[in-house]
Amino acid sequence: MTRSEHPEHLWRNPDPKPSYDVVIVGAGGHGLATAYYLARNHGITNVAVLEKGWLAGGNMARNTTIIRSNYLWDESAAIYEHALKLWETLSEDLDYDILFSQRGVLNLAHTLQDVRDSVRRVNANKLNGVDGEWLTPEEVAKVCPIVNTSPDTRYPVLGGTWQPRAGIAKHDHVAWAFARRADEYGIDLIQHCEVTGFLRDGDRIVGVQTNRGPIHAGRVGLAAAGHSSVLADTVGLRLPVQSHPLQALVSELLEPIHPTVVMSNHVHVYVSQAHKGELVMGAGIDTYNSYGQRGSVHVIEDQMAAALELFPIFANAHLIRTWGGIVDTTPDASPIVGLTPLENLFVNCGWGTGGFKATPGVGWVFAHTIATGEPHPLNEPFSLERFTTGALIDEHGAAAVAH
Amino acid sequence: MLLIRCPWCGEREETEFHYGGQAHVAYPPDPEAMTDEEWAEYLFFRDNPKGVFAERWVHSAGCRRWFNTVRNTVTSEFISEFVEEGR
Repeated sequence: MTRSEHPEHLWRNPDPKPSYDVVIVGAGGHGLATAYYLARNHGITNVAVLEKGWLAGGNMARNTTIIRSNYLWDESAAIYEHALKLWETLSEDLDYDILFSQRGVLNLAHTLQDVRDSVRRVNANKLNGVDGEWLTPEEVAKVCPIVNTSPDTRYPVLGGTWQPRAGIAKHDHVAWAFARRADEYGIDLIQHCEVTGFLRDGDRIVGVQTNRGPIHAGRVGLAAAGHSSVLADTVGLRLPVQSHPLQALVSELLEPIHPTVVMSNHVHVYVSQAHKGELVMGAGIDTYNSYGQRGSVHVIEDQMAAALELFPIFANAHLIRTWGGIVDTTPDASPIVGLTPLENLFVNCGWGTGGFKATPGVGWVFAHTIATGEPHPLNEPFSLERFTTGALIDEHGAAAVAH
Repeated sequence: MLLIRCPWCGEREETEFHYGGQAHVAYPPDPEAMTDEEWAEYLFFRDNPKGVFAERWVHSAGCRRWFNTVRNTVTSEFISEFVEEGR
């Protein structure tokens, strides 16, 4: 390549066609993975992925890239473990290095109830074929020497759960890898094309209205994260989600110091060190509803206080950047993936603070749902109807860090 | 950090308050007559608008009283605050 040549583009930049077999709303990780698996697993390639901004510029660009499957309930463990297995071969499958690093995740316990819940979760994980073990404070210190395991702290580390197969990946690479493959299948990835409503024929959805005109579709899949209920509202579909800011932050680049991923529900922090060297930390959600993609500074202060409690060595690190994304939370802290009361409209939302880890898994099952018109066995429990039947999948707290 | 105007105490920092979600969600007048769908709506479904939203706050670290506000969920600008009638 000479200096004057632009490197090969990973995807085309097509104009929308008047009609597609399937339209996916949202070109984040979930939308792109869904498009890829529609082509790969189901041979459906007359597909458009519509994105109001730029590709993977929403929560896919803002998450803390933690991947794990150590959830308590059978339904959750099944779908997240399915995703984790896909992560393990994703670089080869997509022929693109997504920098998936299985450095393990430690979920620390600081109270006796934390200990009981953690041991219970490890046992549940083992029964579900998910790797995990309970570590004593001494074993925690061996896995991650920079964690302060002294008994003299305000919230001493009483132990932790350890999932060795968990880890992190490079979020941008994940999006680009899925996008490139989807594009190779002939799928149109259309940026700066905002869906403003739906075309309907009675109770049947027949397309979407966009800022670039109407686009007809045999089936429509919503993968719009924090804006899911805004879109659903335009056809009178109520979703049990509330949109909140979720903030994260990074330090400057540091020498490799943090060998794993550490999460603590009780003091509420999760920290890993990115490949480049930044410490990446995630905060809790701001409590109020918002679409502002920014949060309150006291949430960041709490987050850093918690990080310092656990990692005194971080005291000299500098905060370089904070940001916020809009997450759609559900009453049971579990996602909604499945059919809607409107024919040919399918919804994938409610992933709250934890959607990144599910990316390949949800792409797989949402593609199945759209292609066949029936949920995949893995997403069947995550239906919209569960809020009426009462068959909730309550991962609050159970999911190792508060959602 | 939001600056929230408590109707009784004036403007205070957000950390003094807790959020109560959507305002004006009435307790079901006849709970035993409700269908599962109606229970689902009452328990789990709330408005989630991008824009003007009527919501509840409680001044936990102050007067400990509940009140309603109308806020823009994009800009977080408070449009009005008022005391809830009744309970």
